[in-house]
Amino acid sequence: MPPPGGGRAGPGPLRSRGSRRQPGPPPPPRAASPRPASLAARPPAGPAGSRSALALVTLLSFASRFHRLPEPPHVCWDETHFGKMGSYYINRTFFFDVHPPLGKMLIGLAGYLSGYDGTFPFQKPGDRYEQHNYMGMRGFCAFLGSCLVPFAYLTVLELSKSLPAALLTACILIFDTGCITLSQYILLDPILMFFLMGAVLSMVKCNACADRPFSASWWFWLSLTGVNLAGAMGVKFVGLFVVLLVGLNTIYDLWDLLGNLSLSLVMFGKHLLARVLCLILLPLALYTAMFAVHFTVLNKSGPGDGFFSSAFQSQLIGNNLHNVSVPEHLAYGSVVTMKNLRMAGGYLHSHWHLYPEGVGARQQQVTAYLHKDLNNLWIIKKHDSDTADLSDPSSPVEFVRHGDIIRLEHKETSRNLHSHQHEAPLTRKHFQVTGYGINGTGDSNDFWRIEVVGRKPGKLIKVLRSQVRLTHVATGCLLGSSGKTLPKWGWEQVEVTCTPYLKDTPNSLWNFEDHINPKLPNISLDVLKPSFAEILLESHMVMIRGNSGLKPKDNEVTSKPWHWPINYQGLRFSGVNETDYRVYLLGNPVVWWLNLFTIGLYLLTAISTAVALKRGVQLSSELKELSRVVLHGGGQIALGWFLHYLPFFMMGRVLYFHHYFPAMLFSSMLTGITWDTLLKFFAGFLSPSTAARRVYGGGILALVLLIMYSFYLFHPLSYGMIGPMASDPSSPMAGLRWMDSWEF
Amino acid sequence: MLGFLKNPVVVTAEINVNLVVLTVMGLISRLWGLSYPRAVVFDEVYYGQFVSLYMKRIFFVDDSGPPFGHMLLALGGYLGGFDGNFLWNRIGAEYSMNVPVWSLRLLPALAGALCIPLAYQILVELQFSHCAALGGALLILLENSLITQSRFMLLESILIFFILLAVLSYLKFYNLQRHSSFSASWWVWLLLTGVACSCAVGVKYMGLFTYMLLLAIAGLHFWQMLGNQNLSNVSLLCHFLARGLALIIIPMAMYLSFFYVHLTLLYRSGPHDQIMTSAFQASLEGGLARITQGQPLEVAYGSQITLRNVFGKPMQCWLHSHTNTYPIRYENGRGSSHQQQVTCYPFKDVNNWWIVKDPGMQQLVVSNPPRPVRHGHIVQLVHGITTRYLNTHDVAAPLSPHSQEVSCYIDYNVSMPAQNLWRVEIVNRESDTDVWKTILSEVRFVHVNTSAVLKLSGASLPEWGYRQLEVVGEKLSKGYHQSMVWNVEEHRYGKSQEQKEREVELHSPTQMDISKNLSFMAKFTELQWKILTLKNEDTEHKYSSSALDWITMDTNIAYWLHPTSGAQIHLLGNVLTWASANVAAVIYVCLSLWYLVRRRRKIYDIPEDAWQLWVSAGEICVGGWAVNYLPFFLMEKTLFLYHYLPALTFQILLIPIVLQHLSDYLCRSLLPKTMFRALIVAWFSSVYLVYSTFSPVTYGEPSLSVAGLKDLRWKDSWNILIRKQ
Repeated sequence: MPPPGGGRAGPGPLRSRGSRRQPGPPPPPRAASPRPASLAARPPAGPAGSRSALALVTLLSFASRFHRLPEPPHVCWDETHFGKMGSYYINRTFFFDVHPPLGKMLIGLAGYLSGYDGTFPFQKPGDRYEQHNYMGMRGFCAFLGSCLVPFAYLTVLELSKSLPAALLTACILIFDTGCITLSQYILLDPILMFFLMGAVLSMVKCNACADRPFSASWWFWLSLTGVNLAGAMGVKFVGLFVVLLVGLNTIYDLWDLLGNLSLSLVMFGKHLLARVLCLILLPLALYTAMFAVHFTVLNKSGPGDGFFSSAFQSQLIGNNLHNVSVPEHLAYGSVVTMKNLRMAGGYLHSHWHLYPEGVGARQQQVTAYLHKDLNNLWIIKKHDSDTADLSDPSSPVEFVRHGDIIRLEHKETSRNLHSHQHEAPLTRKHFQVTGYGINGTGDSNDFWRIEVVGRKPGKLIKVLRSQVRLTHVATGCLLGSSGKTLPKWGWEQVEVTCTPYLKDTPNSLWNFEDHINPKLPNISLDVLKPSFAEILLESHMVMIRGNSGLKPKDNEVTSKPWHWPINYQGLRFSGVNETDYRVYLLGNPVVWWLNLFTIGLYLLTAISTAVALKRGVQLSSELKELSRVVLHGGGQIALGWFLHYLPFFMMGRVLYFHHYFPAMLFSSMLTGITWDTLLKFFAGFLSPSTAARRVYGGGILALVLLIMYSFYLFHPLSYGMIGPMASDPSSPMAGLRWMDSWEF
Repeated sequence: MLGFLKNPVVVTAEINVNLVVLTVMGLISRLWGLSYPRAVVFDEVYYGQFVSLYMKRIFFVDDSGPPFGHMLLALGGYLGGFDGNFLWNRIGAEYSMNVPVWSLRLLPALAGALCIPLAYQILVELQFSHCAALGGALLILLENSLITQSRFMLLESILIFFILLAVLSYLKFYNLQRHSSFSASWWVWLLLTGVACSCAVGVKYMGLFTYMLLLAIAGLHFWQMLGNQNLSNVSLLCHFLARGLALIIIPMAMYLSFFYVHLTLLYRSGPHDQIMTSAFQASLEGGLARITQGQPLEVAYGSQITLRNVFGKPMQCWLHSHTNTYPIRYENGRGSSHQQQVTCYPFKDVNNWWIVKDPGMQQLVVSNPPRPVRHGHIVQLVHGITTRYLNTHDVAAPLSPHSQEVSCYIDYNVSMPAQNLWRVEIVNRESDTDVWKTILSEVRFVHVNTSAVLKLSGASLPEWGYRQLEVVGEKLSKGYHQSMVWNVEEHRYGKSQEQKEREVELHSPTQMDISKNLSFMAKFTELQWKILTLKNEDTEHKYSSSALDWITMDTNIAYWLHPTSGAQIHLLGNVLTWASANVAAVIYVCLSLWYLVRRRRKIYDIPEDAWQLWVSAGEICVGGWAVNYLPFFLMEKTLFLYHYLPALTFQILLIPIVLQHLSDYLCRSLLPKTMFRALIVAWFSSVYLVYSTFSPVTYGEPSLSVAGLKDLRWKDSWNILIRKQ
């Protein structure tokens, strides 16, 4: 215990905490007061104390995360995805995922550096790793997961200036079974949370440097915030919420500076520019760079090709469009394939089979087919003249232009692409599309107007690059693919319809992929190569569409956001049966319920503090400091919790329990701050400083012990259980199944 | 004695002629030729069916919103003496003589007309000049889209009316706040705010947006009051309680009362019964109640029951079995147990009957006294007609290979033992010893050997299963889902010992009498939940649009086309007004930002009170526009242009505000002021010109020639219907 006066000689902010027991007119500050008063004197253990506490916390955190890390030696839960994607990076195979690439790139890098060769298939959860080196990847994730605790510790210490608050937060996170479990496997979440907490910590540190702007440490923390934001966004789009948090904080900050009339506008401009540079331009550059690395590393054709446009696919080694040369502009007489622009859209296809009885007119089927096939070939003909003369090599080439009316003849069966006012097989509000006519002679229902999106009439049509829509001349509908799979009579290919709803959705847009015309000079597809900006845009479109496509099915049981804070239900990471090695992702219920309760407590505290201040209640300087911690420090953290939790209520996609963990980090920090403040406040009513100190210290200690004991009870959740299920009374976990919905 | 006669009786009336004239003009513009066209116009086809159902007192569920709006429309029909006999099947269908078209359309038209004086008064209450108020009201008057939407049996004009009423009452209340708190008129306006808000929410859930906005503004104003040290804590508490009562408690009570009236009016069973639970259906006259009246309440060993799946999606169905077996091999080559199929069947059938059997006893009849089944009891379920036992085992289900197959057990002697014990778990139990009750109890059947739960998977079986719905044993039963919950619908105590007798008994209708009444709150909760969760499948419509199209009005909706001539009605706004409203919003936002930044640097461009007015006008108008528009970007339902109209109304009100501000503070000398006024007059005349140009497609007459129609197609994206010659 440092001498009281010495305790207060700490750096800057600690100085203001010369606390008084007696409310009343504030006496002049007496630095060397003989009664250095109640509480503040105890915690400021000085930098040395906080540093050794930090070391202890870090040590415990690493120990808890690395304990039994290799167990179980088989693929757990989503490792099957992210491990596989790490392998793809090592093998440089192109794949598609709904999240941005940074997390998986880092996993791949960790695996590569630790000597994993990318050969393990990661087929399904439960596959044994055998001789493959998976520890590098797990160790990397566990390392990042361990860093969360010191980050949270430092953040709370900075916000509350109170060591016990920071220790309480750290203790909560160290002993939370959920955080441990989530950090021990090859997953994106530890990486995401690392960047997220990194951003929050740097933001808070940067705010603390506000009194000396443009100093080295200020620049360091500001740019570090930007780097972490880029990292968080680069792992998952959930990183957007922390971007929002930092953005709001920055706006508040700037608004504050603007109101400071002693600051000239030029200085304000400098502040503004510094933030634009570090928090917008720097993250954008980094974010773009990681995509550049992603597309450079993944240069071989792989399972993700089909999600991207033909132009993009021509860049991938091993893709059938790679290094091909085709004529650039479409001409009459050309033989082409047409690909639908919807994600994983198929090629326009037809075959000899007819639509069955009762499904529209009994004519030849037209479908969308996902694979290369001779039946995907169509010949472009003029609507009015037969093209016999066009095949004559001497006749001049005539290009197809935007707005032309054409006929598409199926090469193998010589039937024309045809539509009429019969309802489509599956999408009843659309019209049926068929193959009609014999040897290219049909009727006026075979006429289609070809138009390029965003182009003027008379322009030529480019292979790969032009997005084309085909309008049926007679009915005015658009050729499109509904994305629904036909029943067996249609060979489970995808339905093609003519939609009367004239909107440019990817479903009704097509592009030309193969193009054969002996009369035209071939060019290399490299000319058509999309620019990096286009690739970036396209990959984002694909990711967003992929994300919104993850819809729960009607009869599926899904996790609901309101389940999460109450720790309603966990996730099975490994093992189902009694004999399996089971790991169950579930938060330490004591911690989580304490967190939940504290959120309510915090709201009450914050509202009453704010009202008291607004009503002009006279507060002692000690209470003023406490109210500042509650409103300002706690407010930032509470905002973080809201931003990371509430948006999930509005999401239509499938949600999982682990989506709550970023919010849980904020909630834990809030718990530390709130309890510390409240205990200080109530202890402040007790006049003798020793009693107050005892109540305060005892309160914190009780909470810490409670958390440690609950961890002792629940630790098998993360470190693995074997034996009977908890529903069986003979299990060691038998008494711990406090909610029926837990399945361990 | 007659002294009071010495003084003349004087009535001093102050009549704001502006208001009277505006109201009259509004009435003329909205009510003119109201019963033309005498045909179903656009969504009348949708709302009309509900009006008919109200007339016939038949229960329905409409997922588009709460019932107050429908009830108002039905009130029109009631006053006009409509008997509900009209087939609402096609837009453009001619009304028969029994349909009181005029009175059906009257209420929306009146609401639309009254929006004009409301707009006037809102602007006055925002402390802007009568001239500006007059201008704003005229813009609303001449807004073609609002006219079209008011003239038919649609809900938007009623919604806008209540929204504006709520805003006006709040402003009146707030302006009274300063000098006469807790006076009678203060109370009236405060209460009226709450009432109007709940009516708006009751008409369409969109009303919630404005309600939230007003709550936020009220909260903000109260927060400012908190800072006022002259007010005592007690009076602040009174203020707080008064607001809580008027703005939260009363709207909630009103909202409940809408449902109360709705449920009281509709007491007959009808087309939507099936989405409701059995208990609800049993409370309707003529539906399930006819069958279930007088069933024994407690399920006992030996009871004969039908089991309905509570989830009921894709359709309601009952647990069913029939003599056909699962095919030995499925089309994809997987094998099955080849035992008797168990499905979920969407129709009443004698094969839906099951008998609850005690595993320890042989008999299939109810003993005397009956032994009730309680939560946690283990039972066997015997299929009534085939007397086979409900069974599940570790064989993949036909369509959901992750789950177990459920069958009626046939012993093929192939070392596949019967596993037919099920534990009854009552989901909505109050204690662990609850008795399993007919209709009321929601029950899970947990398989004893494998802890799989009996579940409706939602997939429909192929031909061999007669397209009935698949039933599976779900092994990974994560938590509660309605597809795993079943309830007893029909029930009787079995009496026949012999199978032959039992078959006859199963075929006979159930009898006996005890009726079950659901409390209002239970009915309300269920109906509310169904309204919120019911999903409409069709997401595509010819005239649907995206929220982004609305600002620039890149889309229109064709409401009606004359069967022979070119006369037609479109939802098409006054282009000039829309554009001006956008410009006004942009100017408002830019100017506000400018002022804000300058004020932060302690530079005051306009006087403090003008700034306060400018801000409070923005809170209402820009705030109203934003809350009624921006949420649509997050919505996934089918959107139409008419969803924008409430937001548009607020945006239009912003035009006179911005104009007056510009003329007051930016045109300082006389000359620019005069020019500005001249410009405004010119602009107003062009607004009128645009209005009259488009009025043929607003009112549906006169019929325009093809050339005339083509001239109206100012934007390529507009879909004006031109008949082929």
